[in-house]
Amino acid sequence: MANNTAQLQEKSHPMEDLLRMDRMPHIWCSGCGLGSAVTAFVEGLKKAGVSYDKTAIVSGIGCTGRVAGYLRLDSYHTTHGRAIPFATGLKLANRDLTVVVFSGDGDLFAIGGNHLIHAARRNVDINVICVNNFIYGMTGGQNAPTTPLGAYSSTAPFGNYEMPFNLVGLAAASGASYVARWTTMHARRLTDSIATAANKKGFCFIEIVSPCPTVFARKNKGGTGLDMLKEFQTRAIIDHDADPTTIPLNMDNEIVCGEFVNDDRPTFWENVQAGIKARLEKFANWEEMQSNSRKISHKKDRKYTSSRDSSIMRRNT
Amino acid sequence: MRFWEKPFGKEKPKTICGEIHIINDRCKGCSFCIEYCPRNVLEVSKDFNKKGYHPPIVVKPDMCTFCGLCEMICPDFAIFVIEKEDE
Ligand SMILES: Cc1ncc(C[n+]2csc(CCOP(=O)(O)OP(=O)(O)O)c2C)c(N)n1
Ligand code: SF4
Ligand code: SF4
Ligand code: SF4
Ligand SMILES: [Mg+2]
Repeated sequence: MANNTAQLQEKSHPMEDLLRMDRMPHIWCSGCGLGSAVTAFVEGLKKAGVSYDKTAIVSGIGCTGRVAGYLRLDSYHTTHGRAIPFATGLKLANRDLTVVVFSGDGDLFAIGGNHLIHAARRNVDINVICVNNFIYGMTGGQNAPTTPLGAYSSTAPFGNYEMPFNLVGLAAASGASYVARWTTMHARRLTDSIATAANKKGFCFIEIVSPCPTVFARKNKGGTGLDMLKEFQTRAIIDHDADPTTIPLNMDNEIVCGEFVNDDRPTFWENVQAGIKARLEKFANWEEMQSNSRKISHKKDRKYTSSRDSSIMRRNT
Repeated sequence: MRFWEKPFGKEKPKTICGEIHIINDRCKGCSFCIEYCPRNVLEVSKDFNKKGYHPPIVVKPDMCTFCGLCEMICPDFAIFVIEKEDE
């Protein structure tokens, strides 16, 4: 048996090729869900069959923001809240890349909230994985835009008075092409979702509900990471047909999980190309257009002048 | 009369087995793997690791079905399974 264990120790963890082992052990607390989310991400990439050389990961700041620094991929650890603008630039400049943003709820929905809704609106071809632990973990448990009503945090000692965002609802309403929500306990379904998103074009958003035993659970009598996972297990239901705008998360309601949106819309880059193409086609017919437009503009000009004159007259009187 | 065990004269299918590897000093003792192993293969060890946590210990190695859930749920990349070659 002793011989056997010695032999077992020699073999290395199958994820080590994608982790920066010189930075291990990671800083995350015992019972934090972030490590499970990273495993699901790596497994998802493997499953999707995307090339690691053509995958870039972008994070903002926070406990979740450390992910970019722990993965042996091209990674970008950006300033707080700005992961999406960096990722958008990266994708538009190098369109062969699979660009994944991996960041926290505070980073993506508080300081970076506008970037998220506008990237979804434009349907930029990036994937956004948001770890929702209902709190600002790294800075000591301040209220996040996801902190449930009534929950305690270091900046809400009498309970939170603010309504939280429903992240999947916001992403779907802003126009994301793919929207899903899982908890870290749904290891396999989460992996599948990440693989689907990796091969899908357009803006893909995945919310991962994750335990933060150190600052969220401690203030809310949530127990250990394991207690939180068990709680997720009792509260979670899977309903792919749910309307994402109707499933907010409170302290004790159902955590509706599933793949809520899976649409195909033209991406930002496709729209740019279509726009330029249309413009160039016009340009190719320039001569023809010019001769046509001269006749039209002649009439138009007169009309325009007269209407402008009348409006000036109206203003003067 | 359990004739369905050998359809078309085939051998009884072999069950898949996993070989569990625990990197003790990387474990942070969260017990996720112990709780979510569907076959109760693992238990909390009485020993401490370098960090002062109790890592899991394999108590029923033959029960492991190589489902890989312990590996997927471990937040510290401290446990993994490989398919057993023999049997
Ligand atoms: C411009 C700026 N403002 C504020 C901070 C402080 N800060 C660091 S992390 C963080 C919150 C992160 O919360 P979240 O994104 O939810 O990550 P978590 O730690 O919960 O994973 C804040 C406010 C900062 N680093 N930079
Ligand atoms: S503070 Fe919370 S989110 Fe940050 S590592 Fe600890 S448990 Fe995880
Ligand atoms: S592979 Fe599955 S059965 Fe084997 S120890 Fe891990 S969780 Fe248990
Ligand atoms: S899940 Fe990982 S860190 Fe947690 S007890 Fe098991 S081996 Fe240790
Ligand atoms: Mg957070």
